[in-house]
Amino acid sequence: MTWLLDLTPDEWNAVRLSIKVATVAMLFSLPPGIAIALLLARGQFWGKTLLNGLVHLPLILPPVVTGYLLLLTFGKRGPAGAFLAEHFGIVFSFRWTGAALACGVMGFPLMVRAIRLSIEAVDRKMEAAAGTLGANPLWVFATITLPLILPGLIAGAILAFAKAMGEFGATITFVSNIPNETQTLPSAIYTFTQVPGGDEGALRLTLISIVISMAALVASEVLARRVGRRMDIE
Amino acid sequence: MSVRVDIGHRLGDFAIEARFESAGRLTALFGPSGSGKTTLINMIAGLIRPDNGHIEVEGRVLVDTDAGIFVPKHRRRIGMVFQDARLFPHMSVASNLRYGRWFTPARERYADMDAVVELLGIGPLLGRRPAKLSGGEKQRVAIGRALLASPKLLLMDEPLASLDEARKAEILPYIERLRDETKIPIVYVSHSVAEVARLASDVVMLAQGKVVASGPTEAVMQRLDLLPSEERGEGGAVLDAKVLRHDEAFGMTVLGSAAGEIRVPRLELKTGAPVRIRIRARDVMIATEKPTGLSALNILPGTVVAIRPGEGPAVEVDIDCNGATVLARITEQSRQALKLRLGGKVFAVIKTVSFDRANTGAGLPVEVDG
Repeated sequence: MTWLLDLTPDEWNAVRLSIKVATVAMLFSLPPGIAIALLLARGQFWGKTLLNGLVHLPLILPPVVTGYLLLLTFGKRGPAGAFLAEHFGIVFSFRWTGAALACGVMGFPLMVRAIRLSIEAVDRKMEAAAGTLGANPLWVFATITLPLILPGLIAGAILAFAKAMGEFGATITFVSNIPNETQTLPSAIYTFTQVPGGDEGALRLTLISIVISMAALVASEVLARRVGRRMDIE
Repeated sequence: MSVRVDIGHRLGDFAIEARFESAGRLTALFGPSGSGKTTLINMIAGLIRPDNGHIEVEGRVLVDTDAGIFVPKHRRRIGMVFQDARLFPHMSVASNLRYGRWFTPARERYADMDAVVELLGIGPLLGRRPAKLSGGEKQRVAIGRALLASPKLLLMDEPLASLDEARKAEILPYIERLRDETKIPIVYVSHSVAEVARLASDVVMLAQGKVVASGPTEAVMQRLDLLPSEERGEGGAVLDAKVLRHDEAFGMTVLGSAAGEIRVPRLELKTGAPVRIRIRARDVMIATEKPTGLSALNILPGTVVAIRPGEGPAVEVDIDCNGATVLARITEQSRQALKLRLGGKVFAVIKTVSFDRANTGAGLPVEVDG
């Protein structure tokens, strides 16, 4: 069994990078995820169907297409990429941040779906009751809505994290496969399969991939159950 | 004037055109389901915006569509107790109670946690979760939560409607304490004659979105013709009385009222305590001579002051008993046999056992504000 943990520095870097990329992707998509889910669950506005379609696009498009679109927009010469680099010094192309962006975009529809469903399940009468007790809409959201949708938030976040751990097509198209910078677990496994004698390394990383994904899933189950028990909604 | 409402509103085919004002301790908005009571109370709370009109509470204008005023619900300082309690499931009872207090400016807080907990008897529940409470307990906590936001007016939207009789009996005394021991005016929505007669100082009666009668409870509740048909059997005179003495030997309590002494089943009240009783019109018999050889214990002399046609074979007779009006529902056949006419001297006969928990309750304080 020792060969399993006997990772080369490059392999360790791939594991660490994957976790970092997935965590950053998850955390940064949470606020916009909640905002868009709120808009879709409760908003009544022109273009709602369009927004809904746009959010779901990464789910339907081939990941390579999404990656290429990201390259066009957020690449060095892309309009958004050039703007961000110039004004905020944020560079996505061929950096780990670009991998996080690609993973975030790919996981976004899953996150929004989970959060939207939980927002739609919230009893709005509770919010009205909080209003009569003096809470303004912002406080109502923070003290009533947010805690009530917590199970959905956790589910959405874990889904996005899991999706990010497995993202390959969009990432490799957008930011390539650079060891120590953009080579996440799937990219590293792919690289191993492309070289002679790489089978052992591929298998090691595959097993690690399974362990991390299972751990995330179990963690979300435990968390969701604990939150659910605390609330005990009739 | 504590509450003034004058609004017009349209919901699909249903139109509400209501105008009333009340300065009572507890004003009941009373009427059958679908009469617009809940819509009205939601407008006072700020949960519904009326199409046009004016709402004023304690001199503060909350809605004035002409002037473009609409105070949002969280700035109204009006407490609301919903039929379905609506306790926050993710908070303990104690956190639920403290919720509104948090949003109340310190100088406007008058409600005291310990006093409210004591008033409602919810001390043992503080550490529990709402899901672990019974229906009656939930409703008491909901009342406490509304009170602790130190509201200027307390609205109660059929707080007992979803409870069984035993739970209702458990909560009613707490609402009476609330009415008698706090200074907050209360507006109480109900479709039950028993609740309104027991609790209300003033009644606004609604039917199909319109106010059909309003005024002191005793006066409004005599309008049997206005009661919703399923509640008509419960209608009758509402009298304020006092406990004179208890008859331990026979398990009765003797009440003193303007109409004379009335014997009811034993009440757990001190001598001198105010009691409000409701004498159902269908429980009252009329005799033209003082009856003898009769089991009924309450025989009140009086004068016929009104005779109205009632439902089916019935007529409704108002009997003035020394200034208090007692209502009787008898058949037209009996009226003719007794030759009842206005001004005739009669006796109203009421069986002691026709009084039960639903129509004897602790009364209002003699002093009524405003």
